[in-house]
Amino acid sequence: MRSWARLIPNYFLLTLFLLVVILPILGIVLSAFKTNQEIAKGPFSLPARLNFDNFVGAWVAGHFNNYFRSSVIVSTVTVAVSVFLSILLGYAFGILSFPGQNLIYAVLLIGFMVPFEAVVIPLYHFLNRLGLVNTYWALILPQIGQSISFGTLWMTSFFRTAPQELVDASAMDGCNRWQTLWHVLWPLAKPAVLTLVVLFFMWTWNEFLLALIMVQDDRLRTLPVGLAFFQGRYVADIPRMAAGSIIVAGPIVLVYVLFQRYFIRGLLGGAIKG
Amino acid sequence: MNKKYHWPGESRFLGYLYILPGVVIYLLFVLYPVLETVRTSFYRWDGFTVNRTFIGLQNYRQLLIDSQFLQALSHNLIFIIFYSIIPIVLGIILASLLGRRRLPGMTFFRAGLFLPQVISMVVVGVMWRWIFNPVFGPLNAFLKMVGLNSLARPWLGDFNLALPSVGIIGTWVMYGFCMVLFLAGMQRIPEDYYEAAELDGANEVQQLRYITLPSLRPEFGVALITTIIAALRVFDLVYVLTRGGPGDRTLVVAFLVYRAAFQQNRIGYAAAVATVLTLIILLISFLILRFQSRSEE
Repeated sequence: MRSWARLIPNYFLLTLFLLVVILPILGIVLSAFKTNQEIAKGPFSLPARLNFDNFVGAWVAGHFNNYFRSSVIVSTVTVAVSVFLSILLGYAFGILSFPGQNLIYAVLLIGFMVPFEAVVIPLYHFLNRLGLVNTYWALILPQIGQSISFGTLWMTSFFRTAPQELVDASAMDGCNRWQTLWHVLWPLAKPAVLTLVVLFFMWTWNEFLLALIMVQDDRLRTLPVGLAFFQGRYVADIPRMAAGSIIVAGPIVLVYVLFQRYFIRGLLGGAIKG
Repeated sequence: MNKKYHWPGESRFLGYLYILPGVVIYLLFVLYPVLETVRTSFYRWDGFTVNRTFIGLQNYRQLLIDSQFLQALSHNLIFIIFYSIIPIVLGIILASLLGRRRLPGMTFFRAGLFLPQVISMVVVGVMWRWIFNPVFGPLNAFLKMVGLNSLARPWLGDFNLALPSVGIIGTWVMYGFCMVLFLAGMQRIPEDYYEAAELDGANEVQQLRYITLPSLRPEFGVALITTIIAALRVFDLVYVLTRGGPGDRTLVVAFLVYRAAFQQNRIGYAAAVATVLTLIILLISFLILRFQSRSEE
């Protein structure tokens, strides 16, 4: 009983800090279910009923259906390719040995520190010459480039800790390097890979600057850019803007809730290793 | 690293096959553009015409006397207070108050505090624009409700309040991250340290000063690098909330790069600003890492 009483101030503090995070989010979620008349009544009133008109409005009239499709395509391709390449890179740097290994590794890691601001200007002109501006490739390829920089770091440090006996044993059994990777080490790598999947997904889904610059065709815009343009056009339409925000944030929050451990491990651990 | 050896009959270049696709994409879409940004910064170019004029360091010389750039940079430095210093102080305070005890339900609080980290900054911007909305926003409505009418402001439109208003959003995004980081770090510190300190008669403040804070040095490094880089790179929020206004009062370096390169067609100048931003970020990361590794010895 005494120990419980001592915990109360702790929970009080945590709840206070948590509320500061949650209340603004809750406010925008409630706004998404209100009518414009209800918005005019003030921010603290509750919506009369759970109406999804604003979501339909944002989805169809606000073109969020297009934005959503773009985001899904760009994220899926980027994450799949980046994860696959990161596994190969990590395997090569962590297990294999080849000339120039350390130098190439160091060069790859620079990309992790370099912000997109430092690449977008020439990248735009480069992709323009290739005829890739205004295509999904203009979003996918640079995002892969930056993702695998972190992916190399992450997977290399995983493979360096992989048990040597397993690798040796698979050599005895006559596996080649490729089979060793996919038959012997892959089962162990799954948690590390899952962390990469959720991090890459979050980065790609939320990416803004690249998508803002590389794509002008409204049908190809991703969700964050679509939302930014939507709010530029309909500043006063708070309910629909709120609904749009939920469409943008919903999928990532869902993945976050399901894979919370991997997210936090990646963001904390990734930062520590970086 | 004795485990790295070649298998019988294996080419020593086998690794190249594994890294080739990734390295090619990286070279083309990351490294080449970075180097090209640096090269472009020595030219005057409008982005359309074929001929660019080599002007040496003139773009950089201009930065030193350019009030726009200096103003933008000073705003990023002020953001370090909001993105970095306040969240880290809050994180340390919370971590030291909660102590080392594992609380039931901590996973839940951790998940909630971390939430702003995963949401798109555009969504965060839209949300806070609503909060700051002078007519419909909850902030002014709340002030009126508690009788502080006189404090209600057009927050983002006010010349003096716009910058701290955008800054406080950075605090909102970052403090949960810092708290979770430091709480996780506290779990690592062996309990005997504190028991020994108590035997020696050290009070709680002394324990914080001599045990907790020094032990959390790696977490300080991570928190500083992550939050300072975030403060220096602010773009999405400013784009959504203010576009640098009113009157450049919330102009930040990344937005200046965007504006100069893609709206004013001053490509060389924008490249110089981008290069300086990247150098500052690399320098700060390097200094913090250096400080970390030295103090570990």
